[in-house]
Amino acid sequence: MLKPSSERELAEIVCDAPGPLALRGGGTRPIGCPVEGKAVSTAGLSGISLYEPGALTLVAAAGTPVAEIETAVAAEGQRLAFEPMDHRTLLGTEGAPTIGGVVAVNASGPRRVQAGACRDGLLGVRFIDGTGTLVKNGGRVMKNVTGYDLVKLMAGSYGTLGVLTEVSLKVLPAPEAIASLSVAGLGVERAVEAMSVALGSPYEVTGAAHQPGGTDMAAATVLRIEGFEASVTYRAERLKELLEPFGSVTILREPDRVERQWRAIRDVEALAGGEGAVWRISVRPSDAPVVVARLPEADLLLDWGGGLIWARLPEEVDLRAALAGLGGHATLLRASAEMLARGAVFEPQPAPVASIAEGLRARFDPRGILNPGRMG
Amino acid sequence: MDMPVPNAELLARKAHIVGRLQEVLARGAVISEPAETRVYECDALTAYKCPPLAAVLPETTEQVAAVLRICHEENVPVVPRGAGTSLAGGALPTEDCVILGVARMNAVLETDYANRTIRVQSGRTNLSVSGAVEEEDFFYAPDPSSQLACAIAGNIAMNSGGAHCLKYGVTTNNLLGVTMVLMDGTVVELGGAHLDAEGYDLLGLVCGSEGQLGVVTEATLRILRKPEGARPVLMGFDDSETAGRCVSDIIKAGVLPVAIEFMDRLCIRATEDFAGAGYPDCEALLIVEVEGSAAEIDEQLGKILEIARRHDPVELRESSSDEESARIWLGRKSAFGAMGQINDYMCLDGTIPVSELPMVLRRIGELAAEYSLQVGNVFHAGDGNMHPLILFDANKLGDLELCEQLGAEILKLCVEAGGCLTGEHGVGVEKRDLMGHQFTPEDLEIQMAVKDVFDPKWLLNPAKVFPLAASAARRERSE
Repeated sequence: MLKPSSERELAEIVCDAPGPLALRGGGTRPIGCPVEGKAVSTAGLSGISLYEPGALTLVAAAGTPVAEIETAVAAEGQRLAFEPMDHRTLLGTEGAPTIGGVVAVNASGPRRVQAGACRDGLLGVRFIDGTGTLVKNGGRVMKNVTGYDLVKLMAGSYGTLGVLTEVSLKVLPAPEAIASLSVAGLGVERAVEAMSVALGSPYEVTGAAHQPGGTDMAAATVLRIEGFEASVTYRAERLKELLEPFGSVTILREPDRVERQWRAIRDVEALAGGEGAVWRISVRPSDAPVVVARLPEADLLLDWGGGLIWARLPEEVDLRAALAGLGGHATLLRASAEMLARGAVFEPQPAPVASIAEGLRARFDPRGILNPGRMG
Repeated sequence: MDMPVPNAELLARKAHIVGRLQEVLARGAVISEPAETRVYECDALTAYKCPPLAAVLPETTEQVAAVLRICHEENVPVVPRGAGTSLAGGALPTEDCVILGVARMNAVLETDYANRTIRVQSGRTNLSVSGAVEEEDFFYAPDPSSQLACAIAGNIAMNSGGAHCLKYGVTTNNLLGVTMVLMDGTVVELGGAHLDAEGYDLLGLVCGSEGQLGVVTEATLRILRKPEGARPVLMGFDDSETAGRCVSDIIKAGVLPVAIEFMDRLCIRATEDFAGAGYPDCEALLIVEVEGSAAEIDEQLGKILEIARRHDPVELRESSSDEESARIWLGRKSAFGAMGQINDYMCLDGTIPVSELPMVLRRIGELAAEYSLQVGNVFHAGDGNMHPLILFDANKLGDLELCEQLGAEILKLCVEAGGCLTGEHGVGVEKRDLMGHQFTPEDLEIQMAVKDVFDPKWLLNPAKVFPLAASAARRERSE
């Protein structure tokens, strides 16, 4: 595996590559179709080059471990707003997740509903395109409309348009206090309604998830509130009143327990291990009950008020056929090698959109050497 | 400022082109008489004017597609236009272009409170989106100061911001989906009421592409529940560096106000003469606004005031009623009008890292002195989006050019300080030829390659965003 230690070295590797390159950061998120090619790791491009707490911005090399960034911002009472998911538990991988990997898959967490996705917290990128040319886009300021927004394009492009070398991110203050409200025993339909009521309230809910019940556990609908102490207390009480019609509401305030609870949701611990394919489904939240009804064999976790559905189900179930006619999209996150090799990890796109995507790939990577086939 | 030489062959075929457009649009929706096309000769960057070949006002996505198909076949450049409020000349026509105005497409198509979204036609004005959901206490967050007039189409084209984006983000963070027509008439759907893209984030790419990749006809927007209340506090300081440090300290303390606005002495005085908001006579003034319930506001303002006091303010004015809040905002909201009373002005829009605020303000003062022009500063301090206003006299020979030179110097300064040329107004024609200061030729080349994919003939708003010389080969290819 090649592990360049500078942007220039990486550019040379790409420029001189005789064939396909399989790009990786920490190797903890092997999402997408398998790629045949010479392995290149960005882990050698590491380190935080700029962090200005007063400007809420941080710039780091793509191979910087996420843990290093989280430690640095925590020391200043700040955090990454989009709460990036750690895929190791769900995918059974090992290693140190890198910030470049987070950006490449646009990894976000439960706070997506309030603070946006990784792409919303991403202010700038530097990357090497498929010809070995260094490109920069965006910058390190919050507001920037200078030229096209390739920053968004790079987020979630799985290394197929360029190799990220540096990212700049918006950070936000970490909250002084946190609370989790839960209602037990709701069916999916009522749970989605309850989450909709909460998210449509003025109480700034930063997480809304639902764990459907099973044979040995009761369903749990949980809502998170963060902020200054007195404000959290006030909003938790008001939200409790609002949710009372759905059932009895309990409020959890111990920071450690609340954080553990939401980390489990963020990392989809409920579906770790076990047999079957794991899908990530993004839909209009009010469609969640329909999705759940069409997947009777699935083990599930709902996040984003029902807009994000994690489903683990037997590989022989044709999920795309089951969800036909609903909007949104589904990504196959974990499956057997045979199933992954059949492609179809990402949602098929209508012809004109697919043709734009293909056109972009041809411009950014004319030789087709960057993670070819990873996105199907 | 140069614009491409109009294509004489297209001008000669005007009657034919207009005839074809009339076939697909309603009577009155094709404007081609010279007396009437003059309405579209400029946007809010009024220094540059040029009537188009014709203007069309379609009412549906299908009509937009039909217009674009014809223009594509006839090789006619198309300049999309929302409400024409661009300060960067984003909707400035060329003599040989068709203006495609979406003003008649202003319907609300669906409001969905359960999923917190609204779907509108793109010609709807920004403020009337909030107006459509107000009865349920919801609002659309991005609030550019032209929000009464500007259209969602233009907001998407320029990725517009506003005073409250420190908390709520800009257009791209509040846009969930679009229906867009490509230059060849193909209709594509990007995004929807769900979150995140299924492949490449084309929605994110389109937002802020200044009408060069497609014409957005419908948009799904995120709406939010209104906060229980909001309250501003006004602070005056002896010098702008202290004000800048205060901003940084507020942010570092973990308080996230919805807005932090800054005004310097020139702007304070001008607004006092104009609106009489009762602002203190000082070097720098901040308006900081927080949201929540009354108790939450007290808690946040308590922290903010404590920080402000450490910086020896000459004035600290907390609002205790809606009336006082309105007075605090009055001066800020009338600042641009007030400056316009003094003279003509050019409004810049560079963004800088907040930490560089003191240095940049000092350098702007020095540059203004060198050019013997007055520059007022009024801007969104929380996110570093500056709005230096350069005063000049349009009737004085050479003053506009001098003002433009100073403007270019200030924008280069923003880039050198680690910032960018434009934070929310867009590049348009205004900053087109400065792009080389922020980007390398390679950085620009790949952006232009993106346009090649969406619009291979370079017919959509072609003479904008990229330096004319850089895009020349591509534009000429289409002729």
